[in-house]
Amino acid sequence: MSTTTGKAAQPAKVQAAPGATASPAAGPKGPRRRGKPSMGVQNVAGWLFSTPFLVLFLVFMAVPIIATLVMSFTDFGLRNVTHPMDANFIGLDNYTQLFSDDKFLKSLFNTAYFVVVGVPLTILIGLVVAVLLNNGIDRARTFFRVGFYAPVVTTIVAVAVVWRFVLDPSDGLVAGLFSEVGLTAPDFLGSETLAMPSMIAMAVWRNVGTVMVLFIAGLQAIPTEVREAARLDGANVWQEFKGITVPLLRPTLLYATVITTIGYLNVFEEPFVMTQGGPSDSTLTVSLNMYREGFNFFHMGYASAMAYVLFVVIMGITVLQLRLLKDNTK
Amino acid sequence: MSATTAAGPKSVEPKSVKPKSAGPKSVKRVLVYVLLSVGLLIMSAPFLWMALSSFKTTSELTASPPVWIPTEWTLDNFRDLLDKLDLPLYFMNSVIVAVLVTVSNLVFCSMLGYALAKLNFAGRNKIFGLVLGALMVPGNLMLLPLFVLMSKMQLIDSYAGLVLPFAAGAFGVFLMRQFMQSIPDELLEAARMDGAGEWYIFWRIVMPLVKPALATLSIFTFLGSWNNFVWPLIATNDPDKYTLPVALATFATDPNKAGGSNGMLMAGSFLIVLPVLVVFIALQRHFTQGIATAGMK
Repeated sequence: MSTTTGKAAQPAKVQAAPGATASPAAGPKGPRRRGKPSMGVQNVAGWLFSTPFLVLFLVFMAVPIIATLVMSFTDFGLRNVTHPMDANFIGLDNYTQLFSDDKFLKSLFNTAYFVVVGVPLTILIGLVVAVLLNNGIDRARTFFRVGFYAPVVTTIVAVAVVWRFVLDPSDGLVAGLFSEVGLTAPDFLGSETLAMPSMIAMAVWRNVGTVMVLFIAGLQAIPTEVREAARLDGANVWQEFKGITVPLLRPTLLYATVITTIGYLNVFEEPFVMTQGGPSDSTLTVSLNMYREGFNFFHMGYASAMAYVLFVVIMGITVLQLRLLKDNTK
Repeated sequence: MSATTAAGPKSVEPKSVKPKSAGPKSVKRVLVYVLLSVGLLIMSAPFLWMALSSFKTTSELTASPPVWIPTEWTLDNFRDLLDKLDLPLYFMNSVIVAVLVTVSNLVFCSMLGYALAKLNFAGRNKIFGLVLGALMVPGNLMLLPLFVLMSKMQLIDSYAGLVLPFAAGAFGVFLMRQFMQSIPDELLEAARMDGAGEWYIFWRIVMPLVKPALATLSIFTFLGSWNNFVWPLIATNDPDKYTLPVALATFATDPNKAGGSNGMLMAGSFLIVLPVLVVFIALQRHFTQGIATAGMK
């Protein structure tokens, strides 16, 4: 693990060493550097190089994030799109309304369901595939890796459409498999109990590749010497897995879990295309709910409050995961 | 794991130590192959289904139980789809937006990446903190005010409106910074001694050295834009400005669709996914490297 990001993540004092890499040429204490432009030049250049990103970041990210918060305290509606300043301040009304809104609570529950079932499945299957690929398969490794990763790069709207037909109870792929063994397929997306699990199945199918690639990188990073030393000490496969693989994969596991969770908390396209939130709101997620409130009904103030609740939930869960999974030995 | 390993593709050496014992070892191998093959079949099944269904006749599409392989292959689905939707137009929209987003990301993310990796200026760490923070922010949080802002700026239904919010992504900055850190400082110092300005150094020395990273970033950015859905859905009202995913989703969720459009939807999905899969298979090495790089923190 490079220490650079860790160092930069804390707003530490800017030190005089240029770049975060430890270059061997940087002597133990060489205050005089030949050919270094003065701090002034570096300062100006640094800020000039940062300007385009910072401007875009400010206008299209920082301002909207604050604006969402401000809007969530107003009755912002359709007419305010042209006259934003006319929106009325209504305090916490949107938020109090949210938590007595059955539809919102249901979407919160659905999203939680999606995350709680979907994330562990995705991580577990991704890890298993990575371990299998890392074990004694060398010639076909790339072939399999490409196959497992392919769903990740495909257009989610398109594969959601495809899955709709894959799961069709009368003429879909899965229905065909059921009829091959003499069963009748249930109406997966039309059933309140099965629609969400079907969607989770699709999400796992689509995201397992990302987790797999991360774990393969993590496994490759474990030095062969460490493994060989363990084998010489007579460790069996299980001991090796428990004593070496798992602890050394901890950072990868953390990263994979965090990004998968954030992605799943935001789930939007799958229900939008596959079920439109149905049947009877059983697949209505927070993001889809927010989109509808904001862009179909133009309750934009209310939708902003929803967006913020989701944001706070995401932040909270991410921080929690970082705490729980962080390797304390570092 | 230092950041430098990301630079320069190294072929992955097989890590398995292979003693010449048959028996349990080869049994294990067979088992691993069987498991992976089953997995691969599951992973590719929806794609195969999509491809096969695109060429089925209407009667075979709606047959129950379904027909696995079309008995007569037809291009009707594609023809009907082209009659219904102006695909070439949506394709062009998708390409134009993706190209603009990619080019602007290459330039802006590289610039900031260079500043963060190689320039020593006050506030550098704070800006890097911003970038890391931006990585964490879910895109859905900004949609509502972004829509209001774009409406105010008269940019709804314009390419600018589709491109600007994605013109410089935090991931790109992170990636470029990571790669640029591995450039030796001595090289830049030497150029500075010769009187080269930072702008010259950046374009003439640094950028050529990080070509692999630029390739990786291009692929990721282009694909991300190609697959992007939520914002284009919101930022386009005029069907003439739809990108491919928006056109497909609008068509797929249209409540008063004409019958027999299943084949059309499959054909549409096929046309959107096919270029992506071809590009991915051709450039797969870049993908896995890019993901792995991002994970190395």
